[in-house]
Amino acid sequence: MIVRGTDRVLVMGITGKQGTFWTERMQAYGTRIVGGTHPGKAGTLHCSVPVFATARDAMKGATFDVAVLFIPPLLVKEAAMDAIEAGAKGLVVLTEHIPVQDVMHFVAAAKERSVWILGPNTAGAVTPGECFAGFMPAFNERIFRKGSIGVISRSGSLGVLFCLNVVQAGYGESAFLGIGGDPIIGSTTRDALVTLDTFPGTEAVVMVGEIGGAMEEEAAEYAKTMTKPVVAFIAGGAAPEGKKMGHAGAIVMGNKGSYGSKRSALEAAGVTVLDTPSDVGAALKARLGY
Amino acid sequence: MNFEEHAAKPLLARHGIAVPKGGLARTPDEAATVAGRMGAVVVKAQVPAGKRGKAGGIKRAATPEEARAHARAILGMEIAGFKVEKVLIEEQVPIERELYAAVLNDNSGKGPLVMFSTEGGMDIEEVAAAAPAKLRLQPVDIRRGFSRADGGALVQGLGLGTAEGKVADALAKLYEAYAAHDAELLEINPLIVARDGRVVALDCKFVMDDCGIVRHLDVARAGAPEQLTGLEARARAAGLKYIDLDGDVGVLANGAGLTMTTMDVIRHYGGRPANFLEIGGESYTQAKPALELLLSKPGIKSLVINFCGAFARTDVMAQGVIEAIEALKPGLPIYFSVHGTGDVEAIKLLKDRLGVTPLATMNDACQAAVRAAA
Repeated sequence: MIVRGTDRVLVMGITGKQGTFWTERMQAYGTRIVGGTHPGKAGTLHCSVPVFATARDAMKGATFDVAVLFIPPLLVKEAAMDAIEAGAKGLVVLTEHIPVQDVMHFVAAAKERSVWILGPNTAGAVTPGECFAGFMPAFNERIFRKGSIGVISRSGSLGVLFCLNVVQAGYGESAFLGIGGDPIIGSTTRDALVTLDTFPGTEAVVMVGEIGGAMEEEAAEYAKTMTKPVVAFIAGGAAPEGKKMGHAGAIVMGNKGSYGSKRSALEAAGVTVLDTPSDVGAALKARLGY
Repeated sequence: MNFEEHAAKPLLARHGIAVPKGGLARTPDEAATVAGRMGAVVVKAQVPAGKRGKAGGIKRAATPEEARAHARAILGMEIAGFKVEKVLIEEQVPIERELYAAVLNDNSGKGPLVMFSTEGGMDIEEVAAAAPAKLRLQPVDIRRGFSRADGGALVQGLGLGTAEGKVADALAKLYEAYAAHDAELLEINPLIVARDGRVVALDCKFVMDDCGIVRHLDVARAGAPEQLTGLEARARAAGLKYIDLDGDVGVLANGAGLTMTTMDVIRHYGGRPANFLEIGGESYTQAKPALELLLSKPGIKSLVINFCGAFARTDVMAQGVIEAIEALKPGLPIYFSVHGTGDVEAIKLLKDRLGVTPLATMNDACQAAVRAAA
């Protein structure tokens, strides 16, 4: 799920305001955009690339590896299924507020075909010095600089904060993976951790989680097996108890999901858990020795 | 969005699951009138919360007079923070056996989960703890759905006897109702086998995925309104995500993760956040109304404004904040931390227009605000 400079990228919904704005920035940074989609504008050029009606059409005219979706919530299921059936290797789904049952549908289809998904509700992925996919300020050198720290975040704004702190501490990033803030997402914290563990040039991982769900606990299970240091922050320790799904939800979750549960699972796995985001530089120095 | 029992049950009925006959009453007289059409009834408090029985909100009545008396006692009660404003009057159904059935979004499994137990009428987490063997779980591939045969396989060997087929059928219909209405949770507890052999839903809990509401506007009209404070209701109307808290350090940030983290860091330095207010995503242009809303909250002694731009441009957010401050001229100390997309322009704007320089880190801003509030 790391987007490389050699990957051919299709922007779905390329002609919209945000699609256009971020396509131009991705192109300027080095992302290899080969085409876009808009059902009504097939056959035209936009941002200097051909526009197709569907991802399936695009695959015939401009073979792509990764689809980035700038698509409104209720249309994402159809667009994602289109990209999966067209043969995409991976999808970056930026959209927030997609009905959860729609997400379940295309996530199940992607899993069956071994297609990776970042999101929904992600700000995207950055591979500094190569490319980015989504809407991250990859071009801001105080935030992204090529280096050896892999960063995983559910939240875009918090991801920016940690990348900023990593660079200010004198490091850079090997890759940033925004996995998304929705209750169901294509790639979990654990999936991203496995990916960065084996990504060449990555010497440590910063994992930015949030309360709710069981992803940090699952990631902790994998972190136990890692030799690379992992530093984590869990947002929401001071948050009031949120909306509960009732007894049936609580039983599936068991005790997982609380700040305390996540923190102790991570610490038991040898992960350094930060009290505040500003502590990340010192923690990396302590773990890496440089 | 939560649905009270009386609003959830018609959904089951529409999908072919039997529910008791009943009617809604808002006064003791109405309760007596509805009961007069039915004979022996149950008077049930209608609030979007569980444990109504334990709270004294569910009573049996043999006569309309008894129903009137129970309704008088129950209406106006407070259950789990909700004031009871209506009661559901339902015919009594003689019970042979109580079961449990639910379909919910299983976030870890990334799909629907059908749950069934022969121990109905209890808290399902108690069943899970005390008798896990009596709880059956079936993850579902949402593309395939959950059929009557799947229901049959799930309940097989649980000693349901002649009711087995009807229970399997009810499970398939429950799944159908879940899938057709963007449910997050659809739970029947208890699902009963009646003495006459029918399988009937005696209660129903329904939570609709908020992101799906736009597809079910008709059904959503019957949903329970959320309990909001005055400021929360104002924020909602303006399209802002705001939650009132009881502290004195105000918070304005972009993105849910960053906003929660700002609250965490305030707490870390011994302060108490006054609120959650985020203007992330498309709402980053709403800084002015957001800050105006926050400044109208009584009891705030200092403010942290923490922006970290990715999609959200910090210069646009700073512009909105400046306009609100110039319009309202608040007297309280405000501490900024500004990084990310548009930060150079944002910092210049703040300096030129307000004479303010953001602090180097969000920790500095939070610490300063906590000190100022102490």
